[in-house]
Amino acid sequence: MIPLIKRILRTGIVTEKRPEPVESVEIAREMRQLSDDILRILGRALTIRQVDAGSCNGCELEIHALNNPYYNLEGYGIKFVASPRHADMLLVTGPVTKNMENALKVAYDCTPDPKLVVAVGDCGCTGGVFGASYASCGAVENVIPVDVRVPGCPPTPVALLQGILAAIRR
Amino acid sequence: MTMRFHAEPIEFTRQPGLGAPVWAARAADGDDLMRFAVSVHRHEGRLAALWGEDRRQRGEGFRLHCVFALDEGHLWLDLDLPAENPVYPDLAGIFPAANRMQRATRDLVGIAFEGGSGGGDARPWLRHGAWPADWHPLRHDAGEGGGFPNDPSDYDFVQVGGEGAHEIPVGPIHAGIIEPGHFRFSVIGERVLRLEQRLGYQHKGVEKLFIGGSIADGARLAGRISGDSTCAYAWAYAAAVEAACGVNPPPRALMLRALMLERERVANHLGDLGALGNDAALAFGFSQFMRLKEDWLRVNGALFGHRFMMDRIVPGGTASDLEAPALRAIVDQCDAIGREVKDLRKIYDEHAGLQDRFQTTGTIHADLARELSLTGVAARATGLILDGRAHRQGYTPPPPYAALGVRPATDERGDVAARAAVRFAEIFESLRLLQEIAVGLPDSELCIEFAPVADAHGLGVIEGWRGEVLVGVALDGAGRLARVHPHDPSWQAWPALEHAVMKDIVPDFPLINKSFNLSYSGHDL
Ligand code: SF4
Repeated sequence: MIPLIKRILRTGIVTEKRPEPVESVEIAREMRQLSDDILRILGRALTIRQVDAGSCNGCELEIHALNNPYYNLEGYGIKFVASPRHADMLLVTGPVTKNMENALKVAYDCTPDPKLVVAVGDCGCTGGVFGASYASCGAVENVIPVDVRVPGCPPTPVALLQGILAAIRR
Repeated sequence: MTMRFHAEPIEFTRQPGLGAPVWAARAADGDDLMRFAVSVHRHEGRLAALWGEDRRQRGEGFRLHCVFALDEGHLWLDLDLPAENPVYPDLAGIFPAANRMQRATRDLVGIAFEGGSGGGDARPWLRHGAWPADWHPLRHDAGEGGGFPNDPSDYDFVQVGGEGAHEIPVGPIHAGIIEPGHFRFSVIGERVLRLEQRLGYQHKGVEKLFIGGSIADGARLAGRISGDSTCAYAWAYAAAVEAACGVNPPPRALMLRALMLERERVANHLGDLGALGNDAALAFGFSQFMRLKEDWLRVNGALFGHRFMMDRIVPGGTASDLEAPALRAIVDQCDAIGREVKDLRKIYDEHAGLQDRFQTTGTIHADLARELSLTGVAARATGLILDGRAHRQGYTPPPPYAALGVRPATDERGDVAARAAVRFAEIFESLRLLQEIAVGLPDSELCIEFAPVADAHGLGVIEGWRGEVLVGVALDGAGRLARVHPHDPSWQAWPALEHAVMKDIVPDFPLINKSFNLSYSGHDL
C-alpha cells in the first residue's frame, strides 16, 4: 500500500483541490482495520457473491474498483466468488426488477446460513430513481432480508468497504 | 431547410440547433416507409433506432418512430398509425437490427408489425411474464400496472439439431461482477455453433417513468440509463430537449460537455483494457489499468464532485465549471496517463500469450457490421469509419467537435485484438482532445434558463464511448415529457456478439464478450 500511496501523491493533481492523498491515507487505515476485523470475526477469508438485480451498472463500476490495487480487496482476505453456494455474503445492487425477482430469491436460498446481505446504492436501499413499478420491486429488502444498506448513487468504494465492514461486525 | 435523400420523394426538415445533424419527416403510409428503408439500405445506411408512441390522448392514434443514419446525418421518419389495429410493415427483413426493437415496441406500446419485409420475430422480448401480454405499459390508459402475478414464461429458444450438439445455458446471474442476461450456447465439443441471447432482465420500466415528468426530472433519469455512459446519455437528452425548445447551450458548456464525454471514454477504455488483460491471464495488465482508472476517477471526483460526473450535464448547459488550476491538473494528468498507457500498449503488443488469445478471436467483418447497423468501437474495429465526432464526406460533426478535428480510430481485423487496438488509439486521441479543450475553454455563461415549449420534439445523438447514443424527446401541451426514448448502441451490438462467437470455443466467450462490453441496462430499459 505504501508505494501506491506514494504514487498517488506523486501523480496527484497539482492544484489546491487535492483531496486524494488525505483520503488515501484514510482508506489505508480503514483497510487495515477491516482486515483485522475479518480475521478476528470470521477467522478466514470472507467470500462475497455479487448479484446485480437491476442496477444501471453504475454501482457495478464501483464494486469493480474494490479489486483495483488501491483497495486491493483480495489482499485483505475478501474474495468475490462465482457461486452463492460458496458465499458468506450477498452484495446486491438494485432496484430489483420483476424479471430478476426469482433469480435473486434463488441466489439467496442457495447461499448457506448464516448469510449476510448488503444492499448497495440508493436503488438497492430504496428503489432510488426507479422506485417500485410494474417492472420493479424497488428496494432489495422488498425481495430478500437485508442486513446492511449502503446508500449512494453510486456509493464510493470507501462507502462500500464501510458497508461490508458494518455487516461483518453485526 | 428541407432536403431529399437519394431522390426519394420524402421531404425532410432540418432540426434546429447545434446538435448532430438530424432531418425529420413523416411517411405518408407504410409503403412509403418501406420504400425509404430499402433505399437507405441500398445506400449502405443504418437503422439507428425504432420506437413507438401512444398519441391517443391527443385524439390521434399511435406513432412509429424510425431513425435511419446516412453519411449526411440522421433521418427521423415517423409513421402515424390508427388507434384501432395499429400495425406497420416489418422492417427486420431489410435491417436485422429492427427485430428486437420491434419486439420491444410491441411489448411496451402494443403496436405490431405485419407483412412488410418479413423476418420479424413474434416472441416477446422485454416482457418475461411480469405483466400480461395484452397490457402495454407505455399506453396512456394502462394505469400504473403492478399487482400482476410475476409468472416467468418459458422462452422458446431456437433449437439446434445435429449429431453431438448440445446446449449450455448460462445466466441470468453470471459468475463475476456483471449485469444479468441469459446466454444459450449450442455447442459441439467446445466449439460454439450458435449463441442465442435472452435479455430484458434489467428492464425496470424507465421509459414509463419519464412520462409526465419535468425536463429536470428527465435529466436525472437519463443519466441513469446506463451508468457507464451517464455523460453520453445526459448530453443526448439535453441535446434533444434543447432542439425541441429551440435553445442553444453556451459555448463554454459545449466544451465542458465534450471534456466530460472524453473523460468518460478514457475511464471506460482503461477499465476494458485492464479487464481484457485479465481475461487473457495477464493479471499485471489488469492491475495497472485499474490503477490508472482509479487515478482518473479520483480526479473526476475532485473536479466534479462525482467520480462518474453524473448530473453535471444538464439541459441548457452544465452544472459544473472548472477553474484554471483544475484545467492545468487535467493537462498534467493527460500527460502522465498518456505516458503510462503508451508503455502498457507496448507490453500488450509484445506479449505473445496475450496476442495469441486476442488475434483471430471473436471476429466479425465490415459487411456484417454494416448489415447489423453496428456503431462504435466494435464497428470501427472492422474498418468502418463511423464516428459522430469526426468529419467525413458530407458530414460535419456538431460543435465543439467540428473545431477539434477528431481523428477516428479504425482497425480492419474485426477481432478482439482490433477492438483492443481501437480502444488504445481512442485513449490517445481523447487525451489529446482533453488537453486541447483544457487550454482553449472559451469564456461564457455555463447554463441558460429556458421555458419548455409545448408540443415540441427533438432528437439528440452523441458518440458515446461504446457507440452511438440517441435520445428522442416529445413534450406535451403543458411542456412536460410526453415520451422519452433512450437508445443504446448495444441494441445493434448484441446481435453482432452472437455472430462473433460462432466457431470459437466456449472458453473464449468471456474474452470476446468483454471485448464488446455491452450494456444490459441501456438495452433493457
Ligand atoms: S444507485 Fe445510482 S449508480 Fe447505483 S444502480 Fe441506482 S442509479 Fe445506478
